[in-house]
Amino acid sequence: MSDRQEYALRLADDALILSHRLAEWSSNAPDLEEDIALTNIGLDLLGQARELLTYAGELEGAGRDEDDLAYLRTEHEFTCCHLVEQPNGDFGATMARQLYFSTYQLALYEQLTLSTDDRFAAIAAKAVKEVLYHRDHATGWVIRLGDGTALSHDRMQRGLDQMWRFCGELFEPDEVTGRLAAGIGVDPERLLPAWNSHIDAVLSEATMSRPSGTWRPGTGRRGVHSEHLGYLLAEMQYLHRLHPGASW
Amino acid sequence: MTITQEKDARETLARVVDPEIPVITIAELGILRAVEQTAEGAVRVTITPTYSGCPAMDVIREEIRVALAADGFRDVRIDTVLSPAWTTDWITADGRRKLADFGIAPPAPAGRGGPVPVVIQPRPVAVRCPQCGSERTREVSRFGSTACKAQYRCDACLEPFDYFKSL
Repeated sequence: MSDRQEYALRLADDALILSHRLAEWSSNAPDLEEDIALTNIGLDLLGQARELLTYAGELEGAGRDEDDLAYLRTEHEFTCCHLVEQPNGDFGATMARQLYFSTYQLALYEQLTLSTDDRFAAIAAKAVKEVLYHRDHATGWVIRLGDGTALSHDRMQRGLDQMWRFCGELFEPDEVTGRLAAGIGVDPERLLPAWNSHIDAVLSEATMSRPSGTWRPGTGRRGVHSEHLGYLLAEMQYLHRLHPGASW
Repeated sequence: MTITQEKDARETLARVVDPEIPVITIAELGILRAVEQTAEGAVRVTITPTYSGCPAMDVIREEIRVALAADGFRDVRIDTVLSPAWTTDWITADGRRKLADFGIAPPAPAGRGGPVPVVIQPRPVAVRCPQCGSERTREVSRFGSTACKAQYRCDACLEPFDYFKSL
């Protein structure tokens, strides 16, 4: 697999798996407006994933399309980070995951708009505008819940603490990002200052404390996942595996 | 295809409306990017999505094909491009007026980079109620019935309405 293809798959898998998690909120969110918001954010991510999977398939040149890559790869062939595969938990935990991930994804896509690869640059330029809304959405909720009642304050802090240990993986460089950092891809370590700056500003405004736990080294980019991903894929891929080629 | 045919194709496409907001055409919405003839004489139509995940794109492609076929264009190629990224600033003046008449407040200028990266609300732009014209309106949710809309409520006439958000 080429570096470029592997990179496209990573970006796609992060977006696809988080999109599925957000879709799980459909009909379960605290109110109708939030139900619509979470599924709309999921839809944006799904659109980004489709573009990236299609590109990964083209780079591979073996005739696999977006559906083959989304529905017919096994758990160990997915290279998403652990953060996006974490179960939704309560609304506070979902908002913590959204804040952490959208802040990272926004910084990443902003850099990727400058990629020397026209396709990555175009996908990122489209997505960056959407992700700005995602980050706004999460930011608003973390502040509202954090600086809310005693109960919402505690649950928001718990959500932030719970998702915290998975954030380190987002910024870990490896051989693939190292080889692509010269212009095609983005060096993830470089995204950390912008991420810290937004997260710290939001946590402070939300009267939340920055979680103190250490960041766990990531294995998702190597295809080693938490137990949660297998269950997620079983649900996501079931229909397509039962009826190969099924479409709307 | 001659120049006249290209013009005819353009006129045909000027009647294709957005499936989710059927008062506005794809040209007025700014998602119809180009209508050209290829060297082989086919009609090449270039469109761009509003949002990456816009579920209307398949329907729009189908409607373009149907409209062109009905007017005798058989050889049609539809390209979907992402770059340059669509912005609400491409919605025409006619399109904006039609949105307002339909009850959807048209978008504020997007400027560079779309929405304003704020930590704390409120949004700086006053959104005018498409029912009564008041600017005493409130955002209910940044996300609405489609990816491109937000939900608002008017404090003057108390009606809820959609706002086509800037992108």
